[in-house]
Amino acid sequence: MRVVIQVDCLSKEYRLGQIGGGRLVDDVNRWLAKLRGKEDPLSKIGSMTASQRPSASNTSVGNGAQPEVIWALQDVSFEVKQGEVLGIVGRNGAGKSTVLKILSRVTAPTRGEIRVKGRIASLLEVGTGFHPELTGRENIYLNGAILGMTKSEIRGKFDEIVAFSEVDQFIDTPVKRYSSGMYVRLAFAVAAHLEPEILIVDEVLAVGDSAFQKKCLGKMKDVAGEGRTILFVSHNMEAVRSLCQRGIWLKDGRLHNDGPADEIVEAYFDSISNQLSFVNSNLAYGLVIEKVMLKNSHGEESGQFRPGEDLIVEILYDAQKRLEKPYITLGVIGINGPCFTANMLLDGDVPEAMHGCGTIACRFKSIPLLPQNYTVKMAVRAKNGIDLIINYQDVACFSVVGDLADYGYKGEFLERASRYTPVVVPYEWRMPDGTSASVSLNRRPE
Amino acid sequence: MNNPLSGWLHLKRSFVAAFEPQNDDKWTLVIRPKTGWFDLHLADLWRYRDLVMLFVRRDFVSQYKQTVLGPLWFIIQPLLTTLTYTVIFGSIARLSTDGLPKILFYLSGVTAWNYFADCLTKTSDTFAANASIFGKVYFPRLAVPVSIVLSNLIRFAIQLGLFLGFYFYFLARGAAIRPTMALWLMPLLIALMAALGLGTGIIVSSVTTRYRDLRYLVQFGVQLLMYSTPVIYPLSQLSDQYRWIMLSNPMTPVIETFRYAFLGTGTFSWGYLGVSAGVSALVLAGGILLFNHVEKTCMDTV
Repeated sequence: MRVVIQVDCLSKEYRLGQIGGGRLVDDVNRWLAKLRGKEDPLSKIGSMTASQRPSASNTSVGNGAQPEVIWALQDVSFEVKQGEVLGIVGRNGAGKSTVLKILSRVTAPTRGEIRVKGRIASLLEVGTGFHPELTGRENIYLNGAILGMTKSEIRGKFDEIVAFSEVDQFIDTPVKRYSSGMYVRLAFAVAAHLEPEILIVDEVLAVGDSAFQKKCLGKMKDVAGEGRTILFVSHNMEAVRSLCQRGIWLKDGRLHNDGPADEIVEAYFDSISNQLSFVNSNLAYGLVIEKVMLKNSHGEESGQFRPGEDLIVEILYDAQKRLEKPYITLGVIGINGPCFTANMLLDGDVPEAMHGCGTIACRFKSIPLLPQNYTVKMAVRAKNGIDLIINYQDVACFSVVGDLADYGYKGEFLERASRYTPVVVPYEWRMPDGTSASVSLNRRPE
Repeated sequence: MNNPLSGWLHLKRSFVAAFEPQNDDKWTLVIRPKTGWFDLHLADLWRYRDLVMLFVRRDFVSQYKQTVLGPLWFIIQPLLTTLTYTVIFGSIARLSTDGLPKILFYLSGVTAWNYFADCLTKTSDTFAANASIFGKVYFPRLAVPVSIVLSNLIRFAIQLGLFLGFYFYFLARGAAIRPTMALWLMPLLIALMAALGLGTGIIVSSVTTRYRDLRYLVQFGVQLLMYSTPVIYPLSQLSDQYRWIMLSNPMTPVIETFRYAFLGTGTFSWGYLGVSAGVSALVLAGGILLFNHVEKTCMDTV
């Protein structure tokens, strides 16, 4: 198979902090240094770890105290062959989107080179350039042209696009009158009918309902089946696993691992359950979350649980200031979304105060979960129930393992079906002939 | 970063490439950190001409949707401006109009000036206004300002129609106006206005990606520029002391020639027009170079 994308020592540098006011001084400094043949005075060698990256509100970049420049990508090299479906995985800020942005030519690399054979279409978003005042028909042409189609190509595909989007009755209505579902369907329909040799997709599947997501995945599978090359970034590991043959794992801007998608996804999951870093302190409230541990019913720290086992989430904190009535929210999230929660905003069982070092724990009794990977999210709110002290974010992960056959599950298609809706409460079927069958994860294996 | 490994990888790749010639030279696209200042991809812009035309259509159609008067606004706006000028500068301040009917004098100035000013102000926030599209998909960024210039051209044509309406009315009533051979220069005048407006606009938009301050100066700057252009008073009225200010403004010969072409009065000089054309070409070329240089990394700074 011939190589269609060759990424060679790709690096990308980003400046931190406010860009704009006061930059003129820096620019003059850089320029002077360059004239004298010195190193860029503001560039910092080496990258920061993910937890140090500025995340929206938590890090303030002071003048001079912090490095002004970070490397979002460092010396990343890989090749993609024709017809390959490549998944790119990694934590937030690992550089996945940067790779796609450089490939889509939205931004230029700082160093390195990419060589490409064939036409690239990138789908970093659906409906780019849709104008609310224009009709569906006009937007199909506009959006298609933005994505790189010519007018005659769009005209040739027009009927197909309209049929796929299922909005034919409203095609001459301005899209601002569309429901959000119609809007997304129309937008995806245009994108789906691009016929590039190389397709770049970023998290597009995260929008829309599950039926729509399934349709997107199906369409992408079709595209892959036609021998086109696809680069796919997603946090949906299930999608990566089912769609991609090969995976690339980026970590802190470097290429960490490259191999078959199954193995990469597996290894990636193992690693994030081992070292999950999160923004764990809020200095304004004097609260530091030292550690979040997952324990089984024997009190042992663990990353693996059986269906129906107890899951204990233990939070070790250090409240340097007295914190009145902190509301804690815990959530267990599966691959396809939230499963269940323990939420003090709901139950009202709030500790009187947190002060000094201490532990707060929550025991989820007999977790009704099918084998899959899960993450635990946590938030801490102030006593008004609104202000976030610790943002709702991933604090731990675990996987549920076990052979479902041991629990009386005997479905022929169990493997495939177990991934979608992982929460199972005990239930009972009543058949037409009057017999009944009960199903429960609490039936522990002997 | 001088990573020895990366150097080695590079070496290895060139070595491998030497034995796989089919992989080596047929790349359709090479993405590099920086390309030369003169690597302009203008062919790309041509390939995306459908997009340019669709942008023109979008701008034109969306502008007056859900307004009662619709495209009539294209006419009402210069009409009101002209009336204001006629009353304030013509009747109250009694500024000279070179002996021309006031309405024709102001309307010709306003029509030509509007085209230039619209091209400038609307292209000057190209990057900021399109950040959401530019951040998601590649197409030659120049498509946006070029489409703005084209959609303004349609507007200009409509306003020129309005001017011609008044023009023929006054001509029929026997006013002291006469068309001159300079009418043949109209395409050149339009090209100069477009080039100057576009060139300045994209220079401003390129610089604003780093220094936002400029954005606030644009409106004011255009206003100031208008007063140093013979829109509301003729060049002939100025004493030599101030004339050079006017003439150092490349829009001055354009407006004067425009008026001279239709009305037969005004200052017309090949020399001034030639300088203006030279400046316009330079501004446009400089603008395209700068724009092209900035467009690749603009999304990191906008």
